[in-house]
Amino acid sequence: MYQIPAWRYWLVGIVLAVGLLFALPNIFGEEPAIQVSRQDRGSMDAGGEERILGLLEASEIHHTASYIEADRLVVRFASVDEQIRARDAIQDAAPGEYIVALTSDSRSPGWVRWLGLKPMALGLDLRGGVHFMYEVDMPAAIEQTLQRLAQDIRNQLRRERVQYQSVNVRGETVEVLLRPGASVDVARKLIKGDDPGITLTESQVDGATQLVASLTPDRIKQRQDLAIEQNVTTLRNRINELGVSEPIVARQGLDRIVVQLPGVQDPNQAIRVLGATATVEFRLVDEVNNPYEAVQSKRVPIGSKLYMTREGQPVLLKREIIASGDQLTDATSGFSEGRPAVHVTLDSRAGQAMLKATTENLGRRMAVVYTETKRIEEGDRCQGTRSGNQCTQEEVISVATIQGVFSNRFQITGLMAAEANELALLLRAGSLATPIFLVEQRTVGPTLGQDNIRAGMIALVIGAVLTFAFLAVYYRGFGLVANLVLICNVILLAAVMSLLQASLTLPGIAGIVLTIGMASDANILIYERIREELRAGNSPHAAIQAGFEKAFSAIADANITTLIAGIALFAFGTGPIKGFAVTLVLGIFTSLFTAIVCSRVFIDAIWGRRRQLKTLPV
Amino acid sequence: MEFFKRTPNIDFIGKRHYTYIATAILLIASIVLVAVRGLNLGIDFTGGVVVEVSYPGVANLDQARGALEAAGFSDAQVQSFGSSRDLMVRVMTPEGEDVNKVGARIADALRAAEPQVVVRRTEVVGPQVGRDLTEQGGLALLFTFIGILIYVAFRFEKKMATGTVLAAVHDPILILGFFAATQMTFDLSVLAAILAVIGYSINDSVVIFDRVREVLLGTRKNISTKDMLNLAVNQTLSRTVMTSFSTLFVVVALYLFGGETLKGFSAAIIVGVIVGTYSSIFIAAALAYDFKLKPQDLLVVKKSDPELDALP
Repeated sequence: MYQIPAWRYWLVGIVLAVGLLFALPNIFGEEPAIQVSRQDRGSMDAGGEERILGLLEASEIHHTASYIEADRLVVRFASVDEQIRARDAIQDAAPGEYIVALTSDSRSPGWVRWLGLKPMALGLDLRGGVHFMYEVDMPAAIEQTLQRLAQDIRNQLRRERVQYQSVNVRGETVEVLLRPGASVDVARKLIKGDDPGITLTESQVDGATQLVASLTPDRIKQRQDLAIEQNVTTLRNRINELGVSEPIVARQGLDRIVVQLPGVQDPNQAIRVLGATATVEFRLVDEVNNPYEAVQSKRVPIGSKLYMTREGQPVLLKREIIASGDQLTDATSGFSEGRPAVHVTLDSRAGQAMLKATTENLGRRMAVVYTETKRIEEGDRCQGTRSGNQCTQEEVISVATIQGVFSNRFQITGLMAAEANELALLLRAGSLATPIFLVEQRTVGPTLGQDNIRAGMIALVIGAVLTFAFLAVYYRGFGLVANLVLICNVILLAAVMSLLQASLTLPGIAGIVLTIGMASDANILIYERIREELRAGNSPHAAIQAGFEKAFSAIADANITTLIAGIALFAFGTGPIKGFAVTLVLGIFTSLFTAIVCSRVFIDAIWGRRRQLKTLPV
Repeated sequence: MEFFKRTPNIDFIGKRHYTYIATAILLIASIVLVAVRGLNLGIDFTGGVVVEVSYPGVANLDQARGALEAAGFSDAQVQSFGSSRDLMVRVMTPEGEDVNKVGARIADALRAAEPQVVVRRTEVVGPQVGRDLTEQGGLALLFTFIGILIYVAFRFEKKMATGTVLAAVHDPILILGFFAATQMTFDLSVLAAILAVIGYSINDSVVIFDRVREVLLGTRKNISTKDMLNLAVNQTLSRTVMTSFSTLFVVVALYLFGGETLKGFSAAIIVGVIVGTYSSIFIAAALAYDFKLKPQDLLVVKKSDPELDALP
């Protein structure tokens, strides 16, 4: 007779107890809640909580629970109606003070939250919300860098009086054509400097020396990373303005950014705020030349550029930019003399440029150019300038006479109230340095999310009941043990998912359902082995022992092959599919543990200790 | 209860020519179906727009089609989705407009005809993303096959590995044939299902080959290759059938109750479990036999890692 060591009992007991504890938060369900955070991004304290709850009481809105979590106040309600009313009440009573996000939160009691236990995180397809994928325009990022480099080179050569014919960006290089006789060595030194990110090659073109500067792969990679990081930060800021609870903004692959906004139902508003790479430029109006003449002759005077106003009037603007969007430090919408306006604050450098420009051009006009970049497909019409598959629309949104000298604080007028709001929002959140394009968009309504959860759970329960019944009929007493093992497996899987806070998606639920079916395999392998051993005339104890031992290599091999497929899915899958891979892979580990370790302990506890064991119910 | 009171004794290897012919017919039929009818690829792969809407009462497909045509979506596919109240509208790569606004325009068009329409889901996938997802799906398939090939070759033997992987290549082809025949939408989740099926099918073959090795090491007599393989398939038959049943139970439950979104996924796994079980029983071992697997091939291979085996 063989008995398994006592520590196995302890191991199984402890793992199951811990598993139960971690899986526990999932049984309480969720209810509607609001997350209140302060507009100034300070943390919520007990005073703030009292104030909010006071506001709610005054409006006779009843809440079921409230607590502070990660600098935010969470207030739960029994119904969605109360949730919405609560949000409106707070926004009406204290406008601009708080950001209120609609969400739902676990109904788990205080001590569960105090232990830091959380239910499984639900993916967007179960919670409802929007998913966006943006592509960062990397060629544009590199082009910007090269343009800046070219401008630098021109300035340097001019300052050091090195004569050149041209400095041009061509492809991924900057070509510098020197005049014959100019000092090549000085030019080299000026262009290259001590910058390890630039490589220089030299050639002769029609007797003149041409230097070609290109960026090293390291420098290009660095620039691309910067472009992504800048955009991720900007998107995060913009999302904060939208007031969404638990948003996700993450880099994906080389040039993509994924944004997930749970609970958001109108993707278009989110797209407008997040997606448009809007920026503004402040330019002086060319007062010398006649814009109508330029339209007729199709000849734009040197140093100027032709624009159209919103009303369709042509206007000539100087090419020099006084200040641009990335130099804005703040922008708020409000009213100026009864008309909607955006109050703008610039950084000090742009402020100085503005001071100089307004001093020199008092009484002349200045224009605000609004530039919007979007992606278009082949065959699409572009109402602005087209370059590859990107369409840039430029529009003069205001032309105003410079009424006084100002530097870093002023107002833009001439907008509708809604436009002023939106422009201010975009400006305040910062301008996007490199254009991004929306390439994928998925929206799931909240009712669909609920339906998905319900359907998934029904399938899980029915599938489990069928399997349990089948195993019990086929393997009798051992089948019941297998059922217990499968239940332990689901509990452990839920515990691990809750612990890791990996998102549960609908395919993820399918993965759990599938795991039940596939996890029975390990039990089946063992029981079939025990039956074989019994048929071969072995004693029940020996049969159990041999059954577990001999089935092990088959179980291990079989699970490793599924694991390989699961890892491939995880590595190459995205979104909901990744959720499937997660449950599949985690399910392999939990089912290995439960089928091999737990079931051995259960069987040992029931049959292993009986001295007179003639038959096994297998 | 037992399906097989004692170990069955079916001559799988001897009858392999029949199953080869049956398999060849199925494979050719699948390939022809895929080539002729093609797959009804979802927007995950083609790019495009899908809008799922819910009506207060029974949805009127003709009215919806009319409304969409009036709004300029003449090539929109409209079909009921799950229940009689739900509709799915699919538009392939729309031309001449911002792809991201199409979803809203479709919803507006439907609302104009029936104001109480509720949008349940919108998906917009750009063509570039579609291409990338296709590429990543292909890479995932490739990675899975190569990974499993290496593992099985390392754990067992080259001829067995080839048999296993060929049997597993067979399964996705038949699933593709099934999707071409039924014209169910082939999307990313179906691809995920196929990968899971590959893992599953190989799992079955691996259990059989695991038994082959054991038969050989256990009997230690001059057993013929044919008997060795037959014995292994027969001895594991009960387990193979049982596991297929338990998996089928859950995926059928998933197909029937898991909602419309998981229909394609669960259908792929149902088909996959059936053909996977078939290929593991009838093809994997037979192929190893035809690759002239010899008992000696296995004896040279070291026994599995002793540490791994000592664990339970």
